[in-house]
Amino acid sequence: MSALFSDKNRQALLGPLSANNPVLVQILGICSALAVTSQLKPAFVMGLSVTVVCAFANVILSLLRNTIPNRIRIIVQLVVVAALVIIVDQVLKAFVYDVSKQLSVYVGLIITNCIIMGRIEAFALANKPWPSLLDGIGNGLGYGMILVIVAFVRELLGAGTLFGFKVFPQAFYDWGYMNNGLMLMAPMPLILIGLIVWYHRAKNPDMIENN
Amino acid sequence: MNTQSNSYTFIYSVVMVVIVAALLSVISLSLKPFQDANIKNEKRQNILSAANIDVLPAEAEENYEKYITETFVINAQNQKIEGVEAFNVDIAKEYKKPAAERQLPVFVAEIDGSKKYILPMYGAGLWGAIWGYVSFNDDKNTVYGIFFDHAGETPGLGAEITNKDKFKKFFADKKAFNANGERILKVSKGASSKGLGATEVDAISGGTITSNAVDAMLADYFESYKAFLSNNQN
Repeated sequence: MSALFSDKNRQALLGPLSANNPVLVQILGICSALAVTSQLKPAFVMGLSVTVVCAFANVILSLLRNTIPNRIRIIVQLVVVAALVIIVDQVLKAFVYDVSKQLSVYVGLIITNCIIMGRIEAFALANKPWPSLLDGIGNGLGYGMILVIVAFVRELLGAGTLFGFKVFPQAFYDWGYMNNGLMLMAPMPLILIGLIVWYHRAKNPDMIENN
Repeated sequence: MNTQSNSYTFIYSVVMVVIVAALLSVISLSLKPFQDANIKNEKRQNILSAANIDVLPAEAEENYEKYITETFVINAQNQKIEGVEAFNVDIAKEYKKPAAERQLPVFVAEIDGSKKYILPMYGAGLWGAIWGYVSFNDDKNTVYGIFFDHAGETPGLGAEITNKDKFKKFFADKKAFNANGERILKVSKGASSKGLGATEVDAISGGTITSNAVDAMLADYFESYKAFLSNNQN
């Protein structure tokens, strides 16, 4: 057990949650973080799907890493990721149809999520399957975490709901409280992610660059 | 083994593509029956939802059999087309045909002793298709309920056309046509602030293009079904 969770492996799993967060530090996967965060539910399921795909893609490519011809390695990665995404999409459609409807185009968008390709290139091709699995799960969760935080703020302030349930009582609105429509617009998640990055850097002084 | 040689690269990619293709076809074929069943149940659920009967997908078939008493297919001249099952008409396919050649399904529901006519529609939204069903009371002019759905409108903006409280509930009890046979039920920006709230429905703020698309879809299909809707003889 100790070997399974050695320092290096723990780092692969937990690092992406904060110190090496894919969104905040590696600045990957920003496009989908902007697109799917106007409500909590799609953000949550998207985080989960990316975690699954990232974990499996990392493991498969880590297993194949010594056989892949270097010149076509990006193509091989794409084929594996695309196949996984199609499988996830088909399984969702067959067994949890309502969730797959909720996600609609986003499942397909996982293929283009830079986190997955980024982690394969940066980690899976140079490491054994087990640490690669941890790295995939860690990065998926790190990404999902930011999505959920942003979606929480946007849905709460933009629509006054969380997971579709009304949060503010009607009396609030009667007193003149209004939902902030700007929260649902595209620029807002960028500003929110910027604020989170700011906070994150302020809390981790060693990340601040000296120039 | 030299993994950098041309022949290795070539064989590797061929083998990989064949394996992945085989795997995906097996998965697609084995999951197809489940997916088809889901799609049919969803359609039943949607049709019922337009008549204000909300059921879970698992109960859709049973309730569909219970409420939908009659289905038929007509053309734009309100002539019945024989030999076509209304439930199996592919609205997306019919949408591409010129309006005069479309097969137009009608679902008749019997709710609390009165007849409701449920008509499917289809159109182009901002990012992809939008579609829905509109149910009419037995006067064939007053809207009883609606159901809208979409392929990929923006969540929180255009996708709000599926929202009961923000959009759908405003359609109920509105008239489709005035006495001159002109369409008065529209989706327009600021309808209620212009004093048109009694006949028109407010567009969704931030979802103007999708709202316009819904309006265009209503215009299109109200026109297609006009002969049926204005004929009160049957």
